[in-house]
Amino acid sequence: MTSPVKSPGPVKPNGPVRSPGHVAAPGMGGVGDSPLRPDGTLKVSGEFAYASDLWIDGMLWGATLRSPHPRAKILSIDLGPALAMAGVHAVLTHEDVPGRKLYGLDHTEDQPVLAIGEVRHQGEPIALVAADHPEIARRAMEKIAVEWEVLEPITDARAVIAEPDRYRVQERGGIARHQPVRVGDVDRAKAEAAVVVSSDYSVGIQDQAFLGPESGLAVPAEDGGLDLYVSTQWMHNDLKQIAPCLGLAEDQIRMTLAGVGGAFGGREDLSMQIHAGMLALYTGKPVKMSYNRYESFFGHVHRHPAEMRYEFGATAEGRLLYADVEIILDGGAYTSATLNVTGNAASLGVGPYEIPNIKIDAWGVYTNNPPCGAMRGFGAVQACFAYESMMDKLAEACGISPVRVRQINAVSQGSKLATGQIIDSPAPLAEMLERLEAMPMPAPLGAGPDGEIDIRALPGGVSQTTHGEGVVRGVGYGVGIKNICFSEAFDDYSTARVRLEVIGGEPTALVHTAAAEVGQGLVTLQAQIARTELGVQRVTIHPADNQVGDAGSSSASRQSYMTGGAVKTACEAVRAELLAMAERKLGRAFPGITQGELNVVGGKIMSRTEGVIASIEEILGDDVIEETREFHHHPTSRMDPVTGQGDSHTQLALCVHRAVVDVDVDLGLVKVVEMAAVQDVGKILNLLSLEGQIHGGSAQGLGLAVMEEIVVSGGLVRNPSFTDYLIPTILDMPPMRLDILENPDPKAPYGLRGAGEPPTLSSTPAIVAAIRDATGRALTRVPVRPEHIIRG
Amino acid sequence: MRVNLTVNGAKETVDDVWEGESLLYMLRERMGLPGSKNACEQGECGSCTVYLDGVPACSCLVAAGQVEGREVVTVEGLAKGSSGVDEQLDPVQEAFVEAGAVQCGFCTPGLIVQSHDLIERVPDPSDAEIREALAGNLCRCTGYEKILDAVRLAASRKAEAAAR
Repeated sequence: MTSPVKSPGPVKPNGPVRSPGHVAAPGMGGVGDSPLRPDGTLKVSGEFAYASDLWIDGMLWGATLRSPHPRAKILSIDLGPALAMAGVHAVLTHEDVPGRKLYGLDHTEDQPVLAIGEVRHQGEPIALVAADHPEIARRAMEKIAVEWEVLEPITDARAVIAEPDRYRVQERGGIARHQPVRVGDVDRAKAEAAVVVSSDYSVGIQDQAFLGPESGLAVPAEDGGLDLYVSTQWMHNDLKQIAPCLGLAEDQIRMTLAGVGGAFGGREDLSMQIHAGMLALYTGKPVKMSYNRYESFFGHVHRHPAEMRYEFGATAEGRLLYADVEIILDGGAYTSATLNVTGNAASLGVGPYEIPNIKIDAWGVYTNNPPCGAMRGFGAVQACFAYESMMDKLAEACGISPVRVRQINAVSQGSKLATGQIIDSPAPLAEMLERLEAMPMPAPLGAGPDGEIDIRALPGGVSQTTHGEGVVRGVGYGVGIKNICFSEAFDDYSTARVRLEVIGGEPTALVHTAAAEVGQGLVTLQAQIARTELGVQRVTIHPADNQVGDAGSSSASRQSYMTGGAVKTACEAVRAELLAMAERKLGRAFPGITQGELNVVGGKIMSRTEGVIASIEEILGDDVIEETREFHHHPTSRMDPVTGQGDSHTQLALCVHRAVVDVDVDLGLVKVVEMAAVQDVGKILNLLSLEGQIHGGSAQGLGLAVMEEIVVSGGLVRNPSFTDYLIPTILDMPPMRLDILENPDPKAPYGLRGAGEPPTLSSTPAIVAAIRDATGRALTRVPVRPEHIIRG
Repeated sequence: MRVNLTVNGAKETVDDVWEGESLLYMLRERMGLPGSKNACEQGECGSCTVYLDGVPACSCLVAAGQVEGREVVTVEGLAKGSSGVDEQLDPVQEAFVEAGAVQCGFCTPGLIVQSHDLIERVPDPSDAEIREALAGNLCRCTGYEKILDAVRLAASRKAEAAAR
């Protein structure tokens, strides 16, 4: 067994160059319809160009050497043996970073492009390799010899808060943000409360687990710049971080969104962008990087784990008098989105309930645990598990139902949040709970249509661990409130360019934005808005790139609101110019154009009084109308650093869940039998996509409730694979009942309310409440594991 | 090494394949067929599912050399006609788009091959049969509800077509 393994040769595919292109939007539907996805046919036929599918002649494969230690000093690195390997084109370290050596979100810039003398978390990038074949790159990495001085990792977030100077993970210190919220007089309220409940809660680290791994292609350009094809949530913010590190001007980097295989917050931070750029600039060749699943677990930030202490006081009837709350979020070694995640946890720390006296302290801290940042729900998820668990405790202490205790304390339009912000649009929480409770229940255990128990539907499923013995049913409720769009004085505007021209005799709209389609269906919605506003059928979606203005991030459930708003505004400008052109070309004035006297419907310019005036193609002829518009939401303010007060949120959205579970109390196994949800979305823009968001968000909440956790000990991740990190399968996810309400928000385009995140909040506490109902266990930690059910 | 195989009905010869490469890698990187996806590369997610001699298999778990002389059908081979010109999607593919079963779409090729196989074997599958058949295919976006809708829709369309 001594024969050398033959090295893999360079890859010579016989396929075409693969990169994103224009897509024609099929179907007819405008706003409110559910037309087909413009990218749907490409996706079902295998032709959609995801970032990991990109290919160009002569490209090299990049790879990243990562730290095996959570905290260590690098004493030396020997690149020689790796550089000497045939097929290796480059081996780079921090010394080769052409520009600034640090980057980060929100102007924090505390994360090294490649480790400089020390590492602060397992998986931190140390060196880069470019080679002819991914296997050669992998072997070259194995030959890079690093001499370490391994240090004791800092892993106790509570200890960091107690002694931040002693436990400094990085120069910024031990605490990233402490955000208090102070309302009324909690000490006095404590003396008055008839009922007091308290508990500690924990949330484990959840992973976004998007299926499309971090990937991209960097192509050196003749002008010394780069063409970058990446899967990201926010190209313009990527560019602000990439360009200075590569020592390039922003306009030297042309970014195009490659197909994105899911995001959920995990692509808010950079992954391979700067690295592939460095390798491409150094070698003068195109470089592709694509993480495998193992590397992906280290290649992006996760949801912050939380340690929380809650105390609620109430009247004997269950009306809340005070909340005393501590939330500790472990952000890992670098800042990422921790500042804003902490702000969210603080401002939404007691949920959608009216409480006259509030004391919240939310902390985001640095440790050597895995880095954490944005994930769907963004700080609101962790708090929601705690405050909803508390509401159930309060209900029990007061002897009233879980639904009733929530209704007694529910906010509504005009209520004050913990921050003092008045809810200025409909928030019919009590009504939503009433509707939820009235929804039909699934058939009782063992009462299937044929009267027999289907073993596959029981806890344990096809493992056949029970025939129904030891199985107990439970029902639970959960409520969540999520901020939509960016908060705290951030102007997260979006930009759209819309072009109207006659192509092949038919008026055609081209919609161009930099907004990231990550799967949510934004491209479908853009086409719907163009059809509604311009009265055309044919719409083409331009690939998202940075040749048009910033669109902001595909996060915070904001793209329907913001990029939807930008496309609508740009279309309105195009329509106004079309109508003005009609006046010019027809040689007459139409009074009251701006009052809606003229409109464009079904390809025709229509007068309210005269009917059809002309077709679009008659007016346009060979002319082209193109307008670019920015859309800004109304301004918000920062939270006061001492009291937490301020109108910090753009919009708020509610979702409520009921979960029904069967629990095998002997084995600790859980089967979620059904989930029901009521959500107010303001206005349904696309029912099919919307239902998909509620289903998918609920599924991720189910994952957090009963299975998903990155297990960490001593700063090391113990389960970085889909074998050991479990996400819900089609056997785990139950059927859902949905009830969608449309109470418009007058400030938002079409009255819409962002919808992607709220279901991820409320499903988790609903499921855990149902397991408590079945078992009587306290269950203060998610995900709930079998041992928590068996041993309590 | 050289590998001879039939892919989507055409006989192919692929040269310079390294012995360590998987069927998935060979399809994606040497044959211009990136439709089969690389989400976990350890047989957990089903995104790389292809037909191998008519049986669904995770192409990430099959060594390229193992397919010598065998027949592979990928998601690219399910539609009739050639791409973009006279392409007629398979009813399963159509149903996934129409039912809203596609969001990011990264799991979609594997789910389509697996669903295609299910409906070939069981023309009118129950929900329990659909869930069991698709239990090895992870989807992170949809919560699976629309995927169930898509399979039901595809099965009914195929039954209608067969009855005509």
